[in-house]
Amino acid sequence: MASFYLWGMTGLPPFGTYRGPYGTIVNRVSVPDTHATGVVSVVNFVFRGFDTVGEEFILFVAAVGVALVLRHLREDEEVEGKDAAPGLDVPPTSEAVRLIALAFTGPTLVVGWFLATHAQTDPSGGFQGGVVIASAVVLIYLAGQYLSFRRLNPVDVLDSVEAAGAGGFVGVGLGTLAVSAPYLADVVPLGRVNGAVDAGGTIPFISLCVGVEVTAAFLLITSELLEQTLFLKEG
Amino acid sequence: MGILPYVVVAWVLVCGLYGIATSRHLVHQIICLVVVQSSTYVLLLSVGYKLGGIAPYFSDVPAHVRAVDPVVQALTLTDVVVEAAVTALLLAFAIQAKKRFGTVDPLELRQLRG
Repeated sequence: MASFYLWGMTGLPPFGTYRGPYGTIVNRVSVPDTHATGVVSVVNFVFRGFDTVGEEFILFVAAVGVALVLRHLREDEEVEGKDAAPGLDVPPTSEAVRLIALAFTGPTLVVGWFLATHAQTDPSGGFQGGVVIASAVVLIYLAGQYLSFRRLNPVDVLDSVEAAGAGGFVGVGLGTLAVSAPYLADVVPLGRVNGAVDAGGTIPFISLCVGVEVTAAFLLITSELLEQTLFLKEG
Repeated sequence: MGILPYVVVAWVLVCGLYGIATSRHLVHQIICLVVVQSSTYVLLLSVGYKLGGIAPYFSDVPAHVRAVDPVVQALTLTDVVVEAAVTALLLAFAIQAKKRFGTVDPLELRQLRG
């Protein structure tokens, strides 16, 4: 294996002297073409837009898979009876943890929203923003408010929100088809100012859809996993 | 300096593989898989690095400034997302293994199946 690795490494360019054509071209054309200044987002949502649809559906299918495996288990549990981890004695959440978690919930939510809506200008986008928003909701759980967490995460609603996010991305693509442009092409006005919030054509819309999808997917995964933990404790 | 990033990649990769091979707990094994996967982030990012290049964000610099390759950075983002999905699914399977077979030790799991 080591020799294979070394053999592969000999083909790589020396560190810091990369001469690949794509990066250079993309860096040159992105800003004039899309008026978006975050070139990584341009690559993800414009040049590789169709790929990112697939990527989003990987996450979608994973969340559905987790829900499927764990819900199936929950039904088993009711038939088979107890399977609690013995001696699992969890101390109550300390006041300090609760205070810090609650204090950070609001700012985390704001940061997540900012990230999800600024894909076109900053190193951010729907994937990052979605994860941050989901962790804001998990902070509520950390603060010991499991009931509020449950109320914020009605699983049926999450399922449909996730589907809506995934569908929204595809919908943006189909919308561009509807005005007879290529799939996911930039048809929205590009915005006058490079790097403004309204720059980048379809990028902000796609990013927001991805944000919704990722938030719902991660909340679904975490709430299914938490459900299991609590199930073990109760059982 | 020229090959140092690639040495780091190899080191992280081998650490993760060693962990997977010797692991006695499924969750530990999954975390080791994450370590293996992080070596690919380092590889992708160091392949795309250009000496003196800035991050490919042109909000406050002119567009012709030398910047690192954005394509590999986008690929790394994809990599992270896929890793999150894979990890979540594997953790769900680990819970299922615990419930079905009552153990999370990969060796014992093999014995159970015969």
